[in-house]
Parts: sequence; C-alpha cells; structure tokens
Amino acid sequence: MAEYAEKRVCISGAGQSAVGRPSRKSALQLTLDACLAAIEDAGLTPGEIDGLTTYPGPVGEGGFSPVGATETMIALGLQPRWVGASTEGHAHMGAIFSAIQAIASGMCRHVLVFRTVAEASARMRARESSLMGGPGRSRATRGNAWAAPYNALSAGNIYALYAQAYFAKYGATSAQLGAIAVNGRNMAALNPNAIYREKITLDDYLASRFISTPLRLYDCDTHIDGSTAILLSHRDTARDMKRTPIEIEAMGMSIGGLGIGLHQGDFSSLPADKAGEMLWSRTDLRPKDLDVAQIYDGFSILTLLWLEALQICKRGEAAAFVEGGTRIGLTGDLPMNTSGGQLSAGRFHGYGHIFEACTQLWGRAGERQVPGAKLCAVANGGYGYGALLLKRG
Amino acid sequence: MSVPARQLPALDPDTAFYWQAGAQGQLQIARCTACRRYTHPPLPRCPSCGGQTAPEPVSGKGRVASFTINHQPWLPGLLVPYVFAAVALAEQEELYVLTNIIGCNPESVSIGMKLRVCFEPHGDVYLPMFQPDESHG
Ligand SMILES: [Zn+2]
Repeated sequence: MAEYAEKRVCISGAGQSAVGRPSRKSALQLTLDACLAAIEDAGLTPGEIDGLTTYPGPVGEGGFSPVGATETMIALGLQPRWVGASTEGHAHMGAIFSAIQAIASGMCRHVLVFRTVAEASARMRARESSLMGGPGRSRATRGNAWAAPYNALSAGNIYALYAQAYFAKYGATSAQLGAIAVNGRNMAALNPNAIYREKITLDDYLASRFISTPLRLYDCDTHIDGSTAILLSHRDTARDMKRTPIEIEAMGMSIGGLGIGLHQGDFSSLPADKAGEMLWSRTDLRPKDLDVAQIYDGFSILTLLWLEALQICKRGEAAAFVEGGTRIGLTGDLPMNTSGGQLSAGRFHGYGHIFEACTQLWGRAGERQVPGAKLCAVANGGYGYGALLLKRG
Repeated sequence: MSVPARQLPALDPDTAFYWQAGAQGQLQIARCTACRRYTHPPLPRCPSCGGQTAPEPVSGKGRVASFTINHQPWLPGLLVPYVFAAVALAEQEELYVLTNIIGCNPESVSIGMKLRVCFEPHGDVYLPMFQPDESHG
C-alpha cells in the first residue's frame, strides 16, 4: 500500500455533549462540553491542540451551524497553528479530511474537529428555520432556485425523488425501507444519549404519516441541540496516549447529485459510489471484514444508497439486506447505526456516526456493544460524500 | 383555481431566460453552440466541450423521471398535497428539470408518465410546470 495521508493519522479522543430537544445550554457551551471531553478522552491538554476545524463554520441565522472555529478557539483558550472550516466540498466529513491533510503534511500534531447543531432551539424560535426556502422569503438563489419555487422546501423532497426512483427500479418496498427506522429505535433504546428511545414496530412505521412519498415521518431525522468533537492525532504520538488510538485505515470522498444541483443519472444511486471506490482502493481489507457500520441516515433512503455505494450490498440489493432488521441488528451479520443514528439518536449531523464508531471500537458502548468490534465503516452525506474505515489499533 | 404562494427564483444573466421564456409560451434550455448538447441548470459554458451556450426553445415534452407527493404542510397556508418531480425532457438523455406536476390527481402520477410544459405566471417570472399529455410519443 502506498503511504496514504490517513495512514499517518489516528483518532485519539472523542467527546459528545448531552443531547437536547431543545437544550438549556447555549450552542457554545455544548461545543465546549464536546471539545473538552474529546481532549480529556485522549489524555491531552488544551495547550497541546495545534489545529482546530469544524463543518461548516458559522453559516445562516438558524441552528444549522451556530458556532464557528474561531469563537471556539477563543472560548477554549487554544493557540492552534491552524484554524479552518469548510462550508463546501465533502460536507460533514470534509473537516475530517482537512484535519487528516493538516496532520499528514506535518503542519499539526493534534487537530480537534467539531460539529455543533442547535436546530431544536432554532425551531422553538421559528418553526420554519430548518426549511430551505418558502413563500415570502427573498428570491431563491443558486442551487435552491431550482427547487424552492416548486415548494420543495425540505431536503426530504429531494431525497424522496431518489427513494421513488430506487423503489421503482428495484421493486423495493416501504416495509423494507422501514427496517432502517425500526433498527434505529431498537438501537437508541440502548443509548442513554439518544433523543428518541421508545421502540417502534414496523406496523408503527407503516402507520406513520407521509412527509414526501415514499418517505414517512420516521424516515426523516430529528432536529436536536448538541455537539460532537473528534480529536485526530499523528500516529507518531500514539505511544504517548493513555489508550490505543483508532487507526484510519482508509478514506473516500466524492461530490455530486441533486443535493448540489447536479442533475445526473437516474436517481437510483448516489455519486457516493465514487467515495466507496476510493475507500476500498486504499486498503487490503474488504466489506466482508466489517464488524459494524455507521451509515448516514439523515433520510433512511440515504442509508440504502450508501450501503450500495460502500459495496456492502450489490446494486439494488440493499433493501432486501435490511429487510426484517435481523442482519443489521446487534447480533446480525453487520450491526448498523448502533447509536440509533440520526433518525433516533438525533441529528448530530454525521459526527454522531463517527462518535459511535469510536465508542464501538473502544468497547465502551455498554448494552449496545458489538462484541469484539475491530473494524467499522462510517459514511456521511447526501451531497458531499465522505467515508472512513476505522480500525481498532 | 388559486395559484399557490411560492418563493420566486432570482433572475441572473445565466438563468433569467429559463424563468421568462414562458412569456412567449416557450420552454427554453441552454444549448451548446458548438457540440449542440443541452445543459440544465443553465451554464454559460458547455461542460462537455467548453463551447458557448445560448438558450434554445425545446418541445416542452417529457416524462416523469422521478416524483414525490409532498404531504407535509411546511408553512401555514401551503396547500398539500402537491407533486414535486424531476422531468426528463424529450430532447436528450438525462436532461432533467425540477418542477411541479399539475392538472391531475397527485395519486395518478407515475414514473414514465408523459407530460408537456405549461407556465404559471408570477409577475416577471413564468414558472415552467408540467401536466399530463398522453398525445405525444
Ligand atoms: Zn458543447
């Protein structure tokens, strides 16, 4: 194997704030809770952090990203060499990729990456705050100009187009898709920091109302307030750590699709396919080696499409793979979204998936621990796509 | 029939033609003056060959590539259900426009359904919409 950047980098710590819907804490306080937990988790001190980044940085007025890297730097009293944030590129995982490059290039030793959301609080103030547009707003620009005039006001409308096309092409059913939401609740019931912990059945799922066909209420993730921080370090520092760090075995990235206004393909797959190809081209390991998987579930259909993009399932076979929930359950072939995912643990926006991967690989998932989990795939995104293959060191 | 409230698109030099050609009853799509490929959403430069693009009228015929029936009343006063769709235009493979499908029961919409364009005027904007049209091949 070539000396890829990610092979020089490991995850040395991870932290997450308490989840809230809404939280009584400020978004900055939640961010500090997560960041300090991650630093402490690694056995480091704030003075040793020489890089800081986030996705996507402070944008907009709502709760989508209320806290930026610079204010976090000030509040934590950090003096990092490098500070960054990226609204564009590979979305959620983009900040992780930037951190990997900063470390592999020798610029930094320890980069703290965080993601903070306060969408539950924002929706308390103004229910429409999470919409992409709407009548009465100033004119829609850029990618949004093609959807908002048609009252496609939620990303759910866009991903519903993928779901409908996938259903039609492969004969997938609501009962199959529903297994993802039911699995999320089963897992969340075992996660003390999940927002929705009451189990649901497939009948509950099928009885739930449509948001945008074929997507139902339980196919859409849940707005929360919360923050997650992941600490990445150079592998040379591993010997100083109090615990064996998690190795980044491979990374994969791509971009495209309706979510960024690129109208290509037949909407039955995601350009995430290229991220999956890149991921597996950088390791000798194979999908069959996975012990556990954390697959993005902002909308349940994204999980199906990512399972195929990651080559865990063949094209058109992901719906049958998840059907009934046995294969993706805790004792199944590939336990999936063991925190409850964004559908049930809450929309930590990708970083909940990375955090849960660390939790599983460090063996501290309590009742939901996958015994002996050594290798976990993490996939994030619906417009910019990022995947990580994480390995217990 | 009442026209739903909508957030209108901004008009800029690259895209205004798409929103305003309905005033002449036409659907226009950006087309490369060199290789003749259509591009939508419109771009000033052809992503295939680098040539200049210019708006050209198209037939306004197409088929449902995918669709969704939106049931969620995202905002007070938003009339549901309505159909949001990706329509594949007849002129070229994978040439899509996003739109609403109107003039039919939302439950009757299916992938592959034949459509033709119509326009919903909102001041300086004529939103291209689509309705069923079984007459074309
Ligand atoms: Zn051209």
